[in-house]
Amino acid sequence: MLASIAPAFAQVPVVPPPPPPPMPDILTKYRPVTVDMLKNPSPNDWLQIRRTYDGQAFSPLKQITAANVKDLKPVWIASTGVSNGHQAPPIVNNGVMFVATPGNQVMALEAKTGTMLWRYRLALPEDAIVLHPTSRGVALLDNKVFFAAGHGVLVALDAKTGKEVWKTNVMNNESGYYMSLAPLVADGKVMIGTSGGERGIRGYIAAYDVNTGKESWRVYTVPAPGEKGSETWPHGEEWKTGGGSVWVTGNYDQKTNIAYWGTGNGGPWMGGERPGDNLYTSSTIAIDVGTGQIVGHHQYHPNDSWDWDEVSPPILLDYKRNGKTISGLLDFARDGYMWFLERGDNGKINYVQGQPFVKQNVFKSLDPKTGRPDVDPDRKPAVGKKASFCPSLWGGKDWPPISFSPQTRLVYVPANENLCGRIEGFKVPYKPGQAYTGAISELYIDPPNADHIGEVQAWNVDTGKKVWTHKFETSQNWGPTMVTAGDVVFAGGTNDRKFRAFDAKSGKVLWEQVTNSGITAMPSTFMIDGKQYIAIQSGWGIDSRAMQNRLNMARPGKFPEVPEGGAIWVFALPGK
Amino acid sequence: MEDNTCGCRAAAIDRRAIIQGGLAVGASLAAPGAALGQADPATTRPRPGDYLVKDEDTSKKPLTPADIPLHKTIVSAWAVEPNENIVRKGSRLNGIILVRYENSELTPETLSRAAEGVVAYTQICTHNGCDVTDYIEAERVVQCGCHFTKYDPRDSARIIEGPAPRALPALPLKVENGKLVVAKAYTDRVGFEQA
Repeated sequence: MLASIAPAFAQVPVVPPPPPPPMPDILTKYRPVTVDMLKNPSPNDWLQIRRTYDGQAFSPLKQITAANVKDLKPVWIASTGVSNGHQAPPIVNNGVMFVATPGNQVMALEAKTGTMLWRYRLALPEDAIVLHPTSRGVALLDNKVFFAAGHGVLVALDAKTGKEVWKTNVMNNESGYYMSLAPLVADGKVMIGTSGGERGIRGYIAAYDVNTGKESWRVYTVPAPGEKGSETWPHGEEWKTGGGSVWVTGNYDQKTNIAYWGTGNGGPWMGGERPGDNLYTSSTIAIDVGTGQIVGHHQYHPNDSWDWDEVSPPILLDYKRNGKTISGLLDFARDGYMWFLERGDNGKINYVQGQPFVKQNVFKSLDPKTGRPDVDPDRKPAVGKKASFCPSLWGGKDWPPISFSPQTRLVYVPANENLCGRIEGFKVPYKPGQAYTGAISELYIDPPNADHIGEVQAWNVDTGKKVWTHKFETSQNWGPTMVTAGDVVFAGGTNDRKFRAFDAKSGKVLWEQVTNSGITAMPSTFMIDGKQYIAIQSGWGIDSRAMQNRLNMARPGKFPEVPEGGAIWVFALPGK
Repeated sequence: MEDNTCGCRAAAIDRRAIIQGGLAVGASLAAPGAALGQADPATTRPRPGDYLVKDEDTSKKPLTPADIPLHKTIVSAWAVEPNENIVRKGSRLNGIILVRYENSELTPETLSRAAEGVVAYTQICTHNGCDVTDYIEAERVVQCGCHFTKYDPRDSARIIEGPAPRALPALPLKVENGKLVVAKAYTDRVGFEQA
């Protein structure tokens, strides 16, 4: 029977696969990204998530101005094909755009026209632990595109083809470690951090060789017994599940080769379960990128018990204080305070000034020398003790980054006001990969008839004074900001699906566009053939969606569902 | 009428079987499943006839309705393949939550899946895949601690509020020789949004 079949089968002609289509010119002529380009990028490109290593997200482009932005129009729109929160900026190198989305996807498109070039997706195992399934962007160097896949795999793609050059597993996803950040490339290394602060992880930042993916160093944000800072943990095993997650890309001082990373809350949530300051949770740590050593730190609040991750790193900038120019750091923290710091010698971080930027009732005062908060014990929850506090666990500002204009001397802050929380703790056993918060939380609006929640705030960095505030009456604000030399601030962030342009000096809304979904992504801007473009992803989800739900419980019907699904929008002024 | 002169029809059938089963020419034309080997019982979803054990109970003592306290808490459990007593905990997607109510509190549909007031659902929140572990005693409902979706186990775990896209898949139970036993497979796909 088989013998009579085999010859017939063998006569079936084998059809060779069709040859691949020719590579488009824009890819054959792809311009490799050099170290110098990352340090001194052309204003025409957007090579890193905040354009420059200092995190300022300021563009020198000024074709689009406060006077003409009202004429801005969509030029092209492209669906990403996935849902959930889109947070990454479109990265652009010489006209080639790279966009990271949820679903472990990277898309490459022609920045001018939106023509698809290639698409990469890494399948997620069905039982993967990825509690925040998004990516905050890709990083570029040479001909490579670096991407942190959610389930703990670091990937280097060929920028011309979207094919994997190397791929390495960088964490144990089964124990609750995952990734959502954009990698940081510096000093021949690509760096990532670990998410999973709600799963009993011990957070770390690790660096890998850009060419091979081999691990160069790993630094834990929670020290082991005997290591520097371990005296701030109890003498038991608490450090092993101490938290200190790292899920936003650090900023970098290209002169000193020091990176400034933010760290998350401690694990479990209730500080009473791990008495001590708990370095380096809820801190900014300075890491020498050459050696992987922690050379400085500033902890914003010790023994965190409010889920106040301080992962969003400070920006690097010079500012004036008392007649001096300070080589500084500026952080708008989850804890509701803005922190002016100094980049001291050899990586040390010095406190300069701290003050609230939203209603804050947890700190009674700050130590004038160190900035250490004196915490009101009535505002600190614990196991079996419910406490209410402002701002809520989502903080005065969550992960969405601020931007800074050296022209206006203002920082532009996406804030949430009039939101408070209650937390009560409970004992929780540690099981690898399982929830390890040990807390139940509530959100409430305070006062209940508050006339707004979301804000864009503008503060002068030299005077420390607020210059303007834009208030959103019917929405929270999850919109990262970007500012240009045309004196325009761009941001989304609201549940009305709008992308807005604000006058950088006055805060006046100059232009807005309703999009397909709510925007929580970082904007970018670039120039091709003499034309300036503004790019943004629109796609709601993750925490903005969770907060919208909670607000709708507090004010039924006032915070309805925001439709989801991602799209890349690119705008420009009309004409050639 | 069948044409046997070229053996074409027979070849067509065999080629289809080969393509579907991934078999090499000349190999046995047995069912594809056998060629690929048995699925791992530890990662297979709960099946009718499985009994249940409490999470972390190494004695594998089968759970009974009396082991689930009324109105009190979630009991986390795993299904156990009854012939070789293999605990199906090879995938975290196999985690089960058990809650107990009075029969009178359950909707007719949920009552049809309950065993003496005990209802079973997947532990995996349909939103982002966190474990649903919080029982809110005052409301007798369960909540996911990650983004606060609340499900009502008395009513097919429908969503009361929160960002999850669909109800928790239900695992129908029955009582056999005093033990809680899986009556039918999950009512829906277990898992979460992949984006």
